[in-house]
Amino acid sequence: MSEIKKFLYVNRKAPYGTIYALESLEVVLIGAAFDQDVSLAFLDDGVFQLTRGQDTGALGVKNFSPTFRALGDYDVTKLFVERESLDERGLSEADLQEIMYEDEDDGWAEKPSIRIVSRAEMADLMADQDVVLSF
Amino acid sequence: MKFGVVISEGPYTHQAADTAYHFVRAALAKGHEVPRVFFYHDGVNVSTRLSVPPQDERHIQKNWTALAKEHGIDLVVCIAAAQRRGLLDENEAGRQGKDADNIAEGFRISGLGQLIEMGIQTDRLVTFGD
Repeated sequence: MSEIKKFLYVNRKAPYGTIYALESLEVVLIGAAFDQDVSLAFLDDGVFQLTRGQDTGALGVKNFSPTFRALGDYDVTKLFVERESLDERGLSEADLQEIMYEDEDDGWAEKPSIRIVSRAEMADLMADQDVVLSF
Repeated sequence: MKFGVVISEGPYTHQAADTAYHFVRAALAKGHEVPRVFFYHDGVNVSTRLSVPPQDERHIQKNWTALAKEHGIDLVVCIAAAQRRGLLDENEAGRQGKDADNIAEGFRISGLGQLIEMGIQTDRLVTFGD
């Protein structure tokens, strides 16, 4: 496949309560096999998907948050989180999981996948995409 | 222009499958192409052939089946989303040891790769849902 498009997966919903977050992650994992330029965006309640220390034991549903830490192995290394959405929910970057990837263009140095961006930067990011899938 | 369409909410509960249907008809009438429609999340429920709405209501599944037949549209139902929600074709029903299948004519069950491929191969990808 010669053409590479910019794919953005937009995550706006809390991780549990509805199935959108889980089924979004399933698309990301399958899509990784297509060698496209992939980014993930987390905004609104979607920022809760990346919080650390999730425990779903009492809910009786699977805790899929560890999967985010495996995304680097799938070459999914750009996770953009909207600062205003964090602020509005009383969250900060310290409340999010540490998600790292190994940069093959930089001697496999470990680098953070999460990038905190402003709402205006998020808008620019979206405008720059070829395909936006919203969940 | 070539459009790819995603339907991500269930029929009758939500307008997504109806609005997508009108969008696809309008696009085709204007000379655009819609090679594929992808059903995801509760959108997969459009594909059951066991739906029996009251006679004075639109039949969403039959509308899609007819439109797909007329224009050669590939109606793809996500297998992972479908299996969670009890939608099986004959092949999957056999594989899973189930006593029935329920996928309507014109729909086919396949993987999420079909969604990504649609994003790559079309000029615009349009999602109908929340």
